[in-house]
Amino acid sequence: MHRYDLIIVGAGIIGAAVARECARSGLRVAIVEAGTPGGGITAAGMGHVVVMDDSPAQLALTAFSRGLWREESFPVSVEYASPGTIWIAADEEEMAEVFTKKETYARAGVHSQVLSAPALAALEPNLRAGLAGGLLVPEDGVMYPPAAAAYFLRQAKEWGAEMIAGRAARAGEGSVSLDGGLRLTARFVLLATGMDCALLPAMPLRMRKGHLVITDRYPGFVSHQLVELGYLKSAHKVAGDSVAFNVQPRQTGQLLIGSSRQYGSDTVAINQEILTRMLQRAEHYMPGLGAVSALRIWTGFRAATEDKLPLLGPAEGLSDDPTLWLAVGFEGLGYTHAPGAARLLADRLLGRASAMELEPFLPARLKGSAAGKALHA
Amino acid sequence: MSAANDITHADVLVVGAGPAGLAAATAAARHGCDVHVLDDNLAPGGQIWRASSVAANTQSTQPMSSREKAIAALHASGATLHCATRVFAAPANNVVDVLEQDEHGLRYTYRTLIVATGARELMLPFPGWTLPGVLGAGGLQALVRAGYSVAGKRVAVVGTGPLLIAVAAHLQEAGARVVLLAEQAGLRTMLPLAASMLLRFTKLRQGLHYAARLRGTPVRMGWWPVEAIADRGVLAGVRITNGSETRTIDCDLVATGFHLVPNSELAELLGCALAATPVGRRVLVDTYQRTTRADVFCVGEPTGIAGLDAALLQGEIAGLTAAGQPSTHLHARAAAERAFGKMLDRTFRLRKALRTLAAEDTILCRCEDASFAQVKACAGWTEAKLQTRCGMGPCQGRICGPATRVVFGWEPASVRPPLVPVPLHALISSTSHHEENL
Repeated sequence: MHRYDLIIVGAGIIGAAVARECARSGLRVAIVEAGTPGGGITAAGMGHVVVMDDSPAQLALTAFSRGLWREESFPVSVEYASPGTIWIAADEEEMAEVFTKKETYARAGVHSQVLSAPALAALEPNLRAGLAGGLLVPEDGVMYPPAAAAYFLRQAKEWGAEMIAGRAARAGEGSVSLDGGLRLTARFVLLATGMDCALLPAMPLRMRKGHLVITDRYPGFVSHQLVELGYLKSAHKVAGDSVAFNVQPRQTGQLLIGSSRQYGSDTVAINQEILTRMLQRAEHYMPGLGAVSALRIWTGFRAATEDKLPLLGPAEGLSDDPTLWLAVGFEGLGYTHAPGAARLLADRLLGRASAMELEPFLPARLKGSAAGKALHA
Repeated sequence: MSAANDITHADVLVVGAGPAGLAAATAAARHGCDVHVLDDNLAPGGQIWRASSVAANTQSTQPMSSREKAIAALHASGATLHCATRVFAAPANNVVDVLEQDEHGLRYTYRTLIVATGARELMLPFPGWTLPGVLGAGGLQALVRAGYSVAGKRVAVVGTGPLLIAVAAHLQEAGARVVLLAEQAGLRTMLPLAASMLLRFTKLRQGLHYAARLRGTPVRMGWWPVEAIADRGVLAGVRITNGSETRTIDCDLVATGFHLVPNSELAELLGCALAATPVGRRVLVDTYQRTTRADVFCVGEPTGIAGLDAALLQGEIAGLTAAGQPSTHLHARAAAERAFGKMLDRTFRLRKALRTLAAEDTILCRCEDASFAQVKACAGWTEAKLQTRCGMGPCQGRICGPATRVVFGWEPASVRPPLVPVPLHALISSTSHHEENL
C-alpha cells in the first residue's frame, strides 16, 4: 500500500512545479501522469514569463512568480532568458494607457520604462512606422515550457517525489485510482490536470482556444517579447473571438507568433479565419513578417475561469471532499504562475506563512459559478 | 492579391509529376477530364526521371527517353502542368492550399485528387554521416544532374536497395570512380530477387544494363558502413564491415541510401488510412488505387515502394478510373509489380546491426542538432520532440522520423499543416478567401 502526503494528478508545468516545491519542503509526493510529462497545455503555449495587471490579485501573483523565476539558475535546455516585454501603443490613446500601466506596475514594485516612438523604433526596427511608443518591462522572461517542466520534475525526483505513469480514473477521499487497478493513498490529492475536468466535473473552467505559429530561424529580427497594448485594452477582454499581435523571439532565433482567443471550439483543428486574422494582425504591426517562413501551426487550449484568476487550494465549494485540492484555471498564465502557485500551495499545505495571500485564488469563490454549469451541463 | 484569381478548379488534381503522376494525369486528360498537375520541382519527372541540366548526360538514353515520352504524352493529353508548386495544406474537403515559386499562396479545388508524391531516401545515422561529402545516394545523383562535377572523384556507394546500383552506374558515367558499392543485404537474400528478375524481361534487361556499366566496380554484398572518417575535417574514407571483419575504403564522397520511405504525408493530412511499414507509412489503396477517402486516389511509391513499372501502371489505373473508364485490363500486371515491390522489401530488409550504428554523440536530427544520446533518453517521439526538438526543424521530421522508427521502433506523430515551410503571407492569402468560397 502506497502512502503519500500529496498525490498530484498531472505532470505539466504546474504539477511539476508543485511536486518540486512540496518534495523539497519534506512532503512525500507522487505525481501521476498518463501522457508525456509537459505534453499538454504546457507544450502548447509561448512560455512568456510576464507581469500582468488585469486585477490586483493577478498583478500580485504574476509579480511574485516572476521573482521566483528570476531566482532560479536553469540548465541551458530551459532556454530561460529575460528579453523583456514591450507593450506596444499604436496611438495616443494607447500611449496614455502606457503611463497608467507604468504607475500600476510601479506600485507593485515592478520596474518598467516608457518608450517614445523613436526609442521603440530603435529597439525594434522591424515594427511598422507610426506607432506611438511603448512600455518596456525589462525583467519579463521567456523560457521553453516542456523543458522547464522536465527540469522541475527532475528536481522533484531528486527530492524524493515519485513519478507514476498511468491514467487517474478516480481521485478524491485521500486516494487516486489508476486504470489497471492500482490505488494510491495520500492525505491530499491535487488536481493539476489543465483542461481535463473528468476527475471533478464541477471545475468551473472554460476552454479558450489559441493558435500559434513558429517560424524558421531569423536571429535578431525581434529582440523583445512584443505585445500590442490592445491585448489588454479591448480585444482579449471581450467574450467573443479575438486576435492580438504577440511575437516572441526564441533563443534558437525562431519567432513564435500569436495570439488568438476563441470560446466554444473544442477541436484542435486550425480555424482558417482566426489564423488569417491573427497573421494579418502580426503583419500589420510588423510588415516584414509576411516574408518569414512558418514551420508549424498549432492550437492549444487555455483553461479559463470567469474572473481570470486560477483555482488554487482546497476544492471546498466545488467538492465536499476535504482531501481534494486544485491548481488549474491559469488561462495561459500558468507558465508565469507555476513557481508562485507552487510556493503558495506548499505554504498552505504545510501551514507556513506566505509571501502573499492565497485567498483571492481559493476555488470556493466560484461556488455555483455559471461558467462551470454551462460548460459541464 | 485578389482572392478570386487565386482559386483554380480541377476536375482531377494530380499532386506529383513523377512517373505515376504523369501516367495518371495523361490517362484522365485523354478521356476528357480537366486535369491539373502540381509538382514541387522545376521540371516534371520526379526523382527517378529528374531532369538533367548537363547536356552531355542527355545521351544516358534509356530513362531519359521514357521521361520525354511521358512528358510529351502529358502535354498532348491536354493536362495542365504547374511546376514549382508545393501543396502545404488541405483546409477542407476538396480544397488544397499550394505554395507557388516558394512565394505565392494559391488554392485549388478538385473533384478527384490523385496523390503521386513519390518517396524519399531513408537516411540512417552512423558516426560521420553528417560530414560534408557524405550524401544521400539519390541526392548526389540529383546534384550531378544539376551540374555538380564528380569527375575523377572516388565515391563509395553504401546502403541497400536497387537505387544504389542505378546511382553507382550514373556516377560512373559522370566520370566518378566508384571505389565501392556495399549492399547490406547478403548474397543469399538476393537470390529470390535474381530468380524473379530472370522471368521479367524488362527488369532483366535493366539489370544487365547496369551490370555492364558497373563492370570493374568493387561490389560487396553483405557489407555495410559503420563510420565515415574525416582527416582534418575533410572526408577521407568510409569504414565498412560484414559483421566479422572491418575495412576502410579511401574515398572523396560517400553516397548512402537505405532504400526508400513513402512520401505519405499529404495522404495522411487528407485523412486517408495508412499502414505502418518498417521505415514509414504507406497509403492503403484498392485495386483501382482508391484510398479510404472516396475522392482521393494514391499511386506509385506512397502506396508501398515498388518502382517505376508499378508507378506507371498504378498511375494509369487511377487516371482511367477517375475518368470513369475501365482499367481492369491493367490489374494483373499491377498486381505482379506490387508483388515485385514486396519482394524488394524482403530482399533489402535492413539488418538489425544498422539500428545500432550511431555513437552517443552522433547527430540524429540534423535540423536541430539533436544527438543520438539525447534522443535515446526520451520515452518516445513526442517526448523527443518536446525535449530535444528532434523533428521540429525545417524538414519537419522527414529525415529523422523514419530513422527513429528504424532505430527505436517509434511511431512518429501525425502530420499537420503546413506540410512544408510557408511564408506567412502565403498562409494569409491562401486562407483569406476561405469565407467566400467554402
